[in-house]
Amino acid sequence: MLGYTIRRVLLAVFVLWGVVTVVFIIVRLVPADPALLIAGQDATADQVAALRHQMGLDQPLIVQYLGYIGGAVTGNFGESYTQHVPAMQLVAQVLPNTALLAVLACALALIVSFPLGLLAALRVNRASDRTVTTLSLFTQSLPGFWVGVVLMLVFSQALRWLPSSGLNSPNALILPVITVALPFIAILTRMTRSGLLEVVGEGYITTARAKGLSERVVIFTHATRNAMIPVITVVGLEFGTLLGGAVITETVFSFPGVGRLMVTSILARDYNLVQACVMIIAAAFVVVNLIVDLLYGYLDPRVRLAK
Amino acid sequence: MTGVPPTIAMQTMRRARRARREVTARIVIPVVVIGVFIVGAIVIPMLYNFDPLHTELLARLKAPGSTLSDGSFAVFGTDQVGQDLFAQMAMGARVSLTVGISTLLVAGVLGVILGLLAGHFGGWVDGVLMRIADVQLAFPAILLAILLASVLGSSLWNVIVVISITNWVVFARVTRSQVLTLRSREYVEAARTLGASHWHIIFRTLLPGCIAPILVVATVEFGHVVLLEAALSFLGVGVPLGVPSLGSTIHNGTAYLGTAWWISTLPGIALAILVLATGILGDALRDRFDPKLRSA
Repeated sequence: MLGYTIRRVLLAVFVLWGVVTVVFIIVRLVPADPALLIAGQDATADQVAALRHQMGLDQPLIVQYLGYIGGAVTGNFGESYTQHVPAMQLVAQVLPNTALLAVLACALALIVSFPLGLLAALRVNRASDRTVTTLSLFTQSLPGFWVGVVLMLVFSQALRWLPSSGLNSPNALILPVITVALPFIAILTRMTRSGLLEVVGEGYITTARAKGLSERVVIFTHATRNAMIPVITVVGLEFGTLLGGAVITETVFSFPGVGRLMVTSILARDYNLVQACVMIIAAAFVVVNLIVDLLYGYLDPRVRLAK
Repeated sequence: MTGVPPTIAMQTMRRARRARREVTARIVIPVVVIGVFIVGAIVIPMLYNFDPLHTELLARLKAPGSTLSDGSFAVFGTDQVGQDLFAQMAMGARVSLTVGISTLLVAGVLGVILGLLAGHFGGWVDGVLMRIADVQLAFPAILLAILLASVLGSSLWNVIVVISITNWVVFARVTRSQVLTLRSREYVEAARTLGASHWHIIFRTLLPGCIAPILVVATVEFGHVVLLEAALSFLGVGVPLGVPSLGSTIHNGTAYLGTAWWISTLPGIALAILVLATGILGDALRDRFDPKLRSA
């Protein structure tokens, strides 16, 4: 298990390096010259050239890249073009809000989906299973941003129960958290159900039942452990979707988080700020996936021993 | 023979037939719905002579069911520039279907083949492919899509490319994890022991066992892809202006939530019905073609 853990941690570091590189490449694809963007339309050619020199844009690409990697390691992505403070500082200001949103949504999703999936799997093809499956399919089909708009229409515009934007009170979290969690609940419920159904047909479950174990022990200790493997994979995979959902939801609700900061900085072409936002979200995601991989190896020895 | 209580065999037969009829209904109904969407997306904009750049200021923000001054009947009302919302939604469905189908083909074929290779060969092939997948997955799909789309500029083709790039990994990962559990099964071991070629093992023993999860994933992903396109267009980095997508129509409506609720609400419902129909279809196909999951 120790060797497996070390391998996974090294891979996570490698992945982060890959992310930094990909972001560097994509941002360098941008046709617009950042120096021109900062200097503005009225700047003379000399001013722009001086700014290019100051920003290091006249250096060879490889030097820029190395400097960039050095900056990324220390969390320094340069100044925001629009607000003239370190980009990371702006991101750090709103990061706790997004983290809160993601964690609350994830927790809500796990708490709601596990009993639903279990219920559906244990009563497969009965009325309760039908209801849960249909509801989760229905929920998954709803566009997240549209759900946000409709919730706002009902609870803020019509009923005036909850605030429609910002984050001035804990109440302002309710609608965004529900919006982000809904599709996640649906996916996890489906995965819990199908994971359990897959496992229940296996030989070792028959063995456990033949040994005379109670149904409770068979389901909770024998079946759930293996049934949770696809669920955990999906939590890892879909955590990105959840963060992505947070990006859109934040925009819908004008929620002061990293996602909204990123969208506004993309529209303002503030690429240093964009990079800082992307790196933070990607780093959060890599860490979550590392945890998922470790759990995966812990739950299923075949995976850990395969290599 | 009348009056004889039904035997257990007869009961079982009857139950099996009922289950089969039910699955058939769950296949037929979504297919009809999707068919209606496809036909509607092709025909309705033609019937309305739809022009996305046309504005009709006298007819703006009319409620669903209004008759306009030129005598036409706006069943879903009109939007903020006086366009018929129904025709605009049909046009949006065109975009959704085009993006959904194209992306699923590109991403699905690529992902499944790479997943099979990674799972079967293991070693450095697996290492390289899965590390690429990891780096790729370290970007939430929408993040990579927003970043790429904002750099590449907006066009329908770019949206398809961007979403395919973000989507193949899901297919590859699911296929690979299925292969990992299948490769130690007896029948695969048997084929290997008998000296079967890589080609035979991959496509004749491993691939059939992967079909069910791939079907489920493809279903879910069709929904994701259609919703991702709508989200990109909602944020303003999706299809270009002048191509009305359901997402951009919903976005336009958010400015009129208090006065014209239908502009944002109705396209969202249409989008949900389309995604829901494909979801139900995928589930039903799985029940029909994977007896193990059905009987469990």
